[in-house]
Amino acid sequence: MELKEKIAGNEPFPGIVHETPGGGIVVSTFDSVINWARSNSLWPLSFATSCCGIEMMSTASAKYDFSRFGFEVARASPRQADVIIIAGTIVNKMAPVLKRLYDQMADPKYVIAMGACAISGGPFFYNTYSVVKGADHIIPVDVYIPGCPPRPEALLHSLISLQEKIKLGMTREQIRGEFKV
Amino acid sequence: MTNEEIKEYISSLAPAATYDETGEWLNILVEPTALKPLMANLRTGKMQMNYLFCVTCVDFKTHLTMVYHLSATTHRQSIVIKANVNRDTPVIETVCDIWRTAEFLEREVFEMFGVQFTNHPDLRKLILEDDFKGFPLRKDFEDPINMIKL
Amino acid sequence: MYNQTEIIKDTSELGADGELVINMGPQHPATHGVLHLVVTLNGETIKKIEPHLGFIHRSIEKMCESLTYRQFIYVTSRMDYLSSHINNLGCALLVEKGMQIEVPERAKYIRVILSELTRIASHELWLGAMAMDLGAFTPFFYAFREREMITDIMEDTCGARLTMNYIVPGGLMYDLHPDFQKKVKAFITQFKSKVTEYEDLVTNNIIFQSRTKGVGILSAEDAISYGCTGPVARASGVSCDIRKIYPYEVYDKVEFDEVIETAGDSFARYIVRVKEMNQSIRIIEQLIDNIPEGDFVGKTKNVLKLPKGEFYSRVETARGEFGVYVVSEGGTTPHRIKFRSPGFSNLSVLNHIAAGGMIGDLMASMGTLDLVIPDIDR
Repeated sequence: MELKEKIAGNEPFPGIVHETPGGGIVVSTFDSVINWARSNSLWPLSFATSCCGIEMMSTASAKYDFSRFGFEVARASPRQADVIIIAGTIVNKMAPVLKRLYDQMADPKYVIAMGACAISGGPFFYNTYSVVKGADHIIPVDVYIPGCPPRPEALLHSLISLQEKIKLGMTREQIRGEFKV
Repeated sequence: MTNEEIKEYISSLAPAATYDETGEWLNILVEPTALKPLMANLRTGKMQMNYLFCVTCVDFKTHLTMVYHLSATTHRQSIVIKANVNRDTPVIETVCDIWRTAEFLEREVFEMFGVQFTNHPDLRKLILEDDFKGFPLRKDFEDPINMIKL
Repeated sequence: MYNQTEIIKDTSELGADGELVINMGPQHPATHGVLHLVVTLNGETIKKIEPHLGFIHRSIEKMCESLTYRQFIYVTSRMDYLSSHINNLGCALLVEKGMQIEVPERAKYIRVILSELTRIASHELWLGAMAMDLGAFTPFFYAFREREMITDIMEDTCGARLTMNYIVPGGLMYDLHPDFQKKVKAFITQFKSKVTEYEDLVTNNIIFQSRTKGVGILSAEDAISYGCTGPVARASGVSCDIRKIYPYEVYDKVEFDEVIETAGDSFARYIVRVKEMNQSIRIIEQLIDNIPEGDFVGKTKNVLKLPKGEFYSRVETARGEFGVYVVSEGGTTPHRIKFRSPGFSNLSVLNHIAAGGMIGDLMASMGTLDLVIPDIDR
């Protein structure tokens, strides 16, 4: 808990500064510096299938700006994006396309499932023959945002949680490398 | 035009038509073979029905019914034309050459109900996947994998 | 899943004219949703466009066959989510027509004011998104500034910003927020002062005009034959406003003009929508001070059952005519429900207007058709 408080408590840079005459020396670990840099400059992929996409556009516009958190540039191509925000329902015909987009993104990549439809099928759970009941049947998800549609502040909260998650831990590849059995 | 005048006009074109006036608009039930000449005449003849705004199909358990909603931009009156088709081999003539909007609407009815439209320029699936099996909007469609019943 | 090799041809198989087949979408920043267009090109000239739909097909019509008449209204909010109040109004009108329910005057006035606010919000978003497709990023932020004012008003009264289920059969779900009239009047004042900004920034911009004038021409006979409704048809000279021809609620008591242009190109479609926003402001101004007192919902039974028969109701959404067709066998759930969506017929005209032009003109044509893909796929 104290680690999380340290991160959330406005620590400007992960590392200890030693004052020396003529400047200073910063002592830190590579992992924490790289995680700090990664979390503050995540570029989202513009992937909006239905209604939650409008709330994502609202978050991008001037009132609930998400470029203050580093999400300034929404790339259209998955090769240049870091995080994919799945805003909207995923149906059986769209699922292979989503998988292909995820595979085309370069590591490290993160996934946010926005809205009830992306978490579990949402209002289209019963008696539908074409809806995938949750985007995590297709790709692994990091952050879930409930709501139908969630407010822009909820999306901002989830972006901040994702940033904390990145600063705290390791990427999937690092975990796999660490705990290889 | 009043309902009586419309009924006389339609009976002169398709003598076997039956009428139903319980709803908001006049419903006319014709045989599938008599549908195409009647539609062509409604478009170009006296009534000038140039606006086809809804094409759909209803599944009653014993047969399928094609429903066409027509209206005119000059006199703004609407009528409804229906045709019963066989459930096992549903075949009916297309109306694409009369109203261009029917191309997409009939493709949708084809994939959802299985009705074959003869002389359609491009009859294939529009909304469902290409290898989808079955006709979803029929009442006997079962999909135990995807459909979770309440 | 469709066969990929059918769509993308090997470059060694270019036809005799040098044809190239490319994909636009389903994930594309300018298609406003998941629309897959297979475009056959010769250089930069388009020879044929084929839309592939179904990437957001949520089987709504099948699902509604097991929902009651109070429940299926929430689903229509999510079909054309930019005019969600108007879609809900269409469904509520159908149930009221079928069961002969009386709606109090206060509810009718408020429903019309909310519908017109929704129309303005939808056109604002369209303006921002279309200008962004053509390369102008600033109108997007200016349009969202007005749109945020409207969603603020909606949130106070209805509880939600985008998909509000506030209109129910019989009237409204609960009464207005006390600040409603004050906020709507403040919005009207701000909107009128900002309309000149849009004129300067977009309408009088020489680059915008040369990209949209003469592009994507649709004649009146073709518009009727393809079943187009809404601003797409009105820009070609076809008079088809449901609010004037088959008036519902209190539209026969207010004065407004039906905006019709005759040029039929993308610039005419743009002008029609901007003028429609002004007409909506005019309607709201006539109604906002005269909302009668009284109940906000009429008397309805707890369990709604439509009598045996067929019913059709139509409303004018921001995109065109939205129709709901219900075949009822007398039970609590419909036997067959069909939603006549405006985008479906408007999309079928895309091949007709864009073939023969260039790829850059395709963006202008598609932007002014104002497609919302979940409305098309249902």
